[in-house]
Amino acid sequence: MKTDIIQKLKEANLKGRGGAGFPTYLKWESVLKNNSSKKYIICNAAEGELDLAKDKYILENYFDEVISGIKIALETIDNSSAYIYLNKKYSSLVDKKIIEGLDITIIEEDTGYIGGEESSAINFIEGKNPEPRKRPPFVSEKGLFDMPTLVNNVETFYYISKINKGEYSNERFYMIVGEKIKGGVYELKDEMSIREILKLTNNYLEIPFYVQVGGGAVGEIMIEKEFDNLVSGEGFIRVISYEEDPYLLMEKWAEFLINGNCDKCTACREGTYRILEMIKTRKLDLKVLEEMFLTLEKTSFCALGKSIPTPFRSLINKVILND
Amino acid sequence: MINITIDGKKIIADEKKSILETARENDIKIPSLCFHSDNSPKEGCGLCVVEIEGRKGLFTSCGTYPEEGMVIKTKTPEILKVRKTNLELMFSQHAEKCNDCVWSNRCRMLNLAKAWGLHINRWEDRKKNYPQYDFNKVITFDSSKCINCSNCIETCHKQGIDFLEVKKEGGFHIVVPSSEKNKDCVYCGQCVTHCPSGSFSGVDPSLKIEEAIKNNKYVVFQFAPAIRTSIGEEFGLEYGSVVIEKMIAGIKKLGAKKVFDVSVGADIVTIEEANELIERLTKKEKLPMFTSCCPAWVKFVEFYKPELIPNLTEVRSPHIVLGQIIKTYFAEKEHIDPKDVVVVSVMPCISKKYEIQRNELKGSVDYVLTTHELSRMFLKNDIDIKSIEGEKKDELLGFASGAGVIFGSSGGVAESATRTACFKLLNKKLDKIDFKEFRGEEEIKEAVIEIGEIKIRIAVVNGLLNARKIIENHLHDFDYIEVMSCPHGCVGGGGQPVPTSKEIRRKRAAGLYEIDKDEKIRIADENPIVQNIYKEFLTDKNIIQKICYTKFSKKEKEN
Ligand code: FES
Repeated sequence: MKTDIIQKLKEANLKGRGGAGFPTYLKWESVLKNNSSKKYIICNAAEGELDLAKDKYILENYFDEVISGIKIALETIDNSSAYIYLNKKYSSLVDKKIIEGLDITIIEEDTGYIGGEESSAINFIEGKNPEPRKRPPFVSEKGLFDMPTLVNNVETFYYISKINKGEYSNERFYMIVGEKIKGGVYELKDEMSIREILKLTNNYLEIPFYVQVGGGAVGEIMIEKEFDNLVSGEGFIRVISYEEDPYLLMEKWAEFLINGNCDKCTACREGTYRILEMIKTRKLDLKVLEEMFLTLEKTSFCALGKSIPTPFRSLINKVILND
Repeated sequence: MINITIDGKKIIADEKKSILETARENDIKIPSLCFHSDNSPKEGCGLCVVEIEGRKGLFTSCGTYPEEGMVIKTKTPEILKVRKTNLELMFSQHAEKCNDCVWSNRCRMLNLAKAWGLHINRWEDRKKNYPQYDFNKVITFDSSKCINCSNCIETCHKQGIDFLEVKKEGGFHIVVPSSEKNKDCVYCGQCVTHCPSGSFSGVDPSLKIEEAIKNNKYVVFQFAPAIRTSIGEEFGLEYGSVVIEKMIAGIKKLGAKKVFDVSVGADIVTIEEANELIERLTKKEKLPMFTSCCPAWVKFVEFYKPELIPNLTEVRSPHIVLGQIIKTYFAEKEHIDPKDVVVVSVMPCISKKYEIQRNELKGSVDYVLTTHELSRMFLKNDIDIKSIEGEKKDELLGFASGAGVIFGSSGGVAESATRTACFKLLNKKLDKIDFKEFRGEEEIKEAVIEIGEIKIRIAVVNGLLNARKIIENHLHDFDYIEVMSCPHGCVGGGGQPVPTSKEIRRKRAAGLYEIDKDEKIRIADENPIVQNIYKEFLTDKNIIQKICYTKFSKKEKEN
């Protein structure tokens, strides 16, 4: 049974759907092979990215599948207990009856963006500040209460259940948003191009537009000539017409990030604030921006801080400066 | 041990020491700000970043540990560039109020900014309108200077107080005093010595003291045991250097009429406290007996553990006792109106500022000046204790035994009291004077002292969380417990110079034990000045009670 599900996950080539895209079977293997007396499973349902609500959709429609994914993990990993680390806003979507009798505890959180990062989640469950931890050690070796911990996202658990039943054929969920489109959450094949996805879902605008892909705040901006790229990171596409004010979008990102970060690192806390300040003046000083970007990328402690330059730099270069 | 290379230098490193510490031990300078050796690495300021060959990005060296074969670079152009930006960004939040900062000319932020030619006012200070909190006129917390390193939070937590906490407001995490009813500041001042940006400080009375001097008051200074081995630091002397006579000369130059040694008060406290201990032991009541010369500890008991109030020794603390004696015995001897006498205690401590406000003690001492505040008064008046000609202590209340001097280190009170208890109970000269079992920086020390028939089980604790542990788990394993709130006792006090570290505190304490070792008189009871006071002044129970004893009471939240 144990090697069975690992083998299935491996064959299905399932990658974590929390955004990092790490092969799921490797995480499982790592937790399994550790011979610790206690292990933990966390279903990450914090979904804190800007405008992203695909896990919400899954919880609304397939909560039982998610639970059966967690159940498989509980059965596979000896002496394990599970937590659902749940965004408070999704509280009502969870049917507590389904988890009755199972070793699953729901922890509600309202920690914002950074609280959704897996090691922040662990800190929060332990009653500490939701701040990222340093790696190594990886949480699969030393996670919750210092025990090996498997952290998978809602969507990942959903597909684990599907894979176990032999019902998976390479799908994933995409969330598409935009002022000028209908948008929504769609379950489509993995590894589709931006263009295919937008066309298939009727979200391809007639007027010129560009997109943000992979995350509502830190996703990269892509323009028409890149529409044949695959969607990487989170299954998220924002459709933005050239009629919209790109500065407003940048303000929205910056405000979201300032509000959602943990404020530990100077560059992330103060640098992002100065970026917002500059955007508000509508006068971009590219030299100063690059200085902030470099410092964010190089000296932020966690992946969030390091990825902050991505949306701004790509929007400014590809759309505002248009080169 | 493993082999690594830093900036081309081959180093044999200990995997348990961070890259930052390893580099420093090998004379490779890496700037740091949020790292404090007493705390866990914060990895936030971004000044200590280094490059590790084969790995993407930069790493905070304060929290990254060496691995076999690592090749580390600490000074690439990219590193220098991002360090500068991070420091400018820290200045962009921090309101520069340098004139009265505890860091004086040792501010690492400012010194680095100067060395790197930075523009510290590149942005308008984000926190310029952040509030300033006053904790009972004892400690000021100016949150506009905070750089979010969270060392204060960890420090307060390690004291078991958790009065300082992080709150989220307007998208930012800010440090605030807790509004919870069951949490209150005990004024230990460890936040002051662990804040890299000078956001915390003691409330400075120096202007009022200057005023008193100007108004021709009879101003008497008394200095605490732990000052003599730390004040030198403020003037660039080696850690642990003993500075007494030059400091006295400096204080005299400020306009003080007399300068006395709080250690004399400590000798009296030792005698009284040993008496009280022997009495409690014989009657087997109110045991264990706790020391009470640390006001932060007293406040801790009164607020967090009021059920233990009866266990505190009722003997007043040394500077209060001596303050009383100055205003009575001394004033009378010198024919001065006690109303004209202003007593200033120079203390390594912030909580002493709180102690003198207590109703039961009011009037004994008028002002408490910290080591740092005294040095600032010197600076202001062009007094350099390196070059000034030394002066002797004023005789009347100037000479202390070695026992009175070691009060400044954790274990000193217990050792002094043990010396006196042995002396009293055995009624003869001691063959053993040194009780080394009480010395050193360990947070909890234990010993059983056998004096003839009597066995005294003694614990020496520093740090309030440790005290809590003893109280909650081992209260009845001991007869006598010395508690000091600060690491290594008063040498690590909240009013001591910054920076502080284990090593620095160790040197300050070593200086005190050096003095004790060389002193001819090392037992409080043998101090001729003290003998004289008991002969001439502390002659009966009532007067002793009035001068030397106090009461405690349950405290409500004050902040
Ligand atoms: S000293 Fe290492 S990040 Fe601040």
